[in-house]
Amino acid sequence: MASETTVTKASDEKWDLILKPKTGWFDIDLEELWRYRDLIGMFVKRDFVTLYKQTILGPLWYIIQPLFTTLVFTIIFGRVAKIPTDSLPPFLFYMAGNVMWGYFSQCLTTTSNTFNTNATIFGKVYFPRLTVPLATVIVNFLQFAIQLLLFLGFYFYFMVKGVPIQPTWWICALPILLCQMALLSFGLGILLSSMTTKYKDLKFAMAFLVQLWMYATPIVYPLSQIPDWLLPYYILNPMVALVESFRFMFFGTSAIQLSQIAVSWSVTLLIVFAGVVLFSRIEKTFMDTV
Amino acid sequence: MPVIKIENLWKEYRLGVIGHGTLTHDLQSWWAKVRGKEDPNSKITPMLAGQEKQIEGDRFWALRDINLEVKQGEILGIIGKNGAGKSTLLKILSRVTAPTKGNVKVKGRIASLLEVGTGFHPELTGRENIFMNGAILGMSKQEIKAKLNEIVDFSGVEDFIDTPVKRYSSGMHVRLAFAIAAHLDPEILIIDEVLAVGDAEFQKKCLGKMQDVSKTGRTILFVSHHMAAIEKLCSRCLVTAYGTTSFDGDVKEAISFYLRSAERIFNSRVLPENIKRTGNKEIVFTGCAVEDEKGNQLEAVASGKSVILAFDYKINSNKPSLKNVCLGFSIHGSLGETLSILYSDFSGVTFSDIPKKGTFRCRIEDFPFSEGKYMVGARLMVGRIEADWPHEPIGSINVQAGDFYGTGNVPHSGVGPVLLRGSWENLA
Repeated sequence: MASETTVTKASDEKWDLILKPKTGWFDIDLEELWRYRDLIGMFVKRDFVTLYKQTILGPLWYIIQPLFTTLVFTIIFGRVAKIPTDSLPPFLFYMAGNVMWGYFSQCLTTTSNTFNTNATIFGKVYFPRLTVPLATVIVNFLQFAIQLLLFLGFYFYFMVKGVPIQPTWWICALPILLCQMALLSFGLGILLSSMTTKYKDLKFAMAFLVQLWMYATPIVYPLSQIPDWLLPYYILNPMVALVESFRFMFFGTSAIQLSQIAVSWSVTLLIVFAGVVLFSRIEKTFMDTV
Repeated sequence: MPVIKIENLWKEYRLGVIGHGTLTHDLQSWWAKVRGKEDPNSKITPMLAGQEKQIEGDRFWALRDINLEVKQGEILGIIGKNGAGKSTLLKILSRVTAPTKGNVKVKGRIASLLEVGTGFHPELTGRENIFMNGAILGMSKQEIKAKLNEIVDFSGVEDFIDTPVKRYSSGMHVRLAFAIAAHLDPEILIIDEVLAVGDAEFQKKCLGKMQDVSKTGRTILFVSHHMAAIEKLCSRCLVTAYGTTSFDGDVKEAISFYLRSAERIFNSRVLPENIKRTGNKEIVFTGCAVEDEKGNQLEAVASGKSVILAFDYKINSNKPSLKNVCLGFSIHGSLGETLSILYSDFSGVTFSDIPKKGTFRCRIEDFPFSEGKYMVGARLMVGRIEADWPHEPIGSINVQAGDFYGTGNVPHSGVGPVLLRGSWENLA
């Protein structure tokens, strides 16, 4: 009897932490992630404050970048190539696409390098690794918010000038759209980050892939230009519905359909799921392979 | 009450085949496999004697079945040769990597003392970095806020606390990092001396802090090659070898056990590859032995006889000749304590234009040590610049009782390690 009680006592001992081999395919401790929310905040602050420190134009860069890209697009694709823009002012049309694409590509390139950029610190201290890509997504979102304000400024300017553009009531769903955009960038980013730890080549292919992907997304042309036979494959790119819904919300002119948005959401969730699973597999033993 | 419980812990690393990084290599390996050829990317790692047990096909067991329980308030020293698994164990405990088999149960927060400078961002101010670093180490904002003043006071950088860290001197950098660590208050503190890069003063401060911390009932794991520090601070000591624990218990016994096992490598005159060493490697040690006049290696020498220490070297430098090569060696007792150091230039001797490969010999008359085992450390300097300094003993001297006084009164080990020869008189 006596020995039995001691046995139960021993197993009743409360341990704060049990380190085990990686088990199962889903091993992300959300509660712990929440405990480290201050760290996410610190990362966000660090990246936001230090990005343009000691540059002459400072935070103005947040605005200059999309502005110039949009100008270049307007001139090259609008004036020179004369690609139709669903009868919208080309400048606004390109800016809407640019602001969104800027967020997506920025998140993707930064996040996909998570493990390599942070190898030294990951190799020395433990903290939930997901804090890093999460912070990246948030920092870029702040950047995006600034650029969205810039877009709204031009939007109202064109409206006041009498250009016939009208927001639809769907604009109330903008937060949902932005949420999907962040999710997609995050999911794809961590998916790629897990893969770049094994295949360093991907790091070099990234810039190139992002560029190609932009042309597979209605940034410099509207969805209405896509031939019907291509459409079913085309909408598998989750960014298509995102960009087009955004334009639809603000301009009311888009060929986007609800079913296509549903496809986009499904693909997004699939990517996020795959990303988290792969990330949780890699994060524990990544230090052994780096 | 145990605060750490390690049960059947195994850690495996793959040799070569996995993770050679680029897709091209993976394709190469795959193509070789398809054609039935040898994988061009599987590398053969140099083996230590005794390490065969750790290697199983392409797998390398860095830890093999470790079982350990650490009680609250214990200061556990961990010693072992490089590659014995110390760092892997600490990596698992600090959650940098996951175990392959088995598990570790922990009570309370674990932090490692010397990792704190990592994560400083040069563009952020001292204050911001305190928050940043605290957060990385798992403190909440409130916790850091409560300790902010203490940390700033302790660091002594109050005047610069709102200046970006990149403007700090390296001393201020270290002080700030240390101040954060000192106020972290983890329940379990991990200290890996190998990672300590600070100056002597900083290391002293660390050791001082360890003693303070241990008084408050916290648990410390301390990895070091510094036997004296281990003996001074630890209440228990673990010796690791080839991925498992080979000794666990009393500190003094552990140290002598370790040194005894370390001796085995001296059976051969050639130095193993994996010892940690610093210097510019213009000229390096390749071996060490005790010899007789004719150059034969001796198993043991006797007190009072003349002893010749031989140090084999090799010149790597492309310079036509090296000038002012100075050789020094140290003799250590069973706990690693230094008994004596002798550099050739103490007696005005340096070597120039020596052959590419050869042996330095130092003859010690009337060998003044009593019976026992002694370790030999050595260092090479070229014109006052360090060329090679192995951070471990490179040889040993097995001393047997000898007729030191020439009277037949053979001194035994009880008289202490160093023998003196006195002449006596009586005055009225």
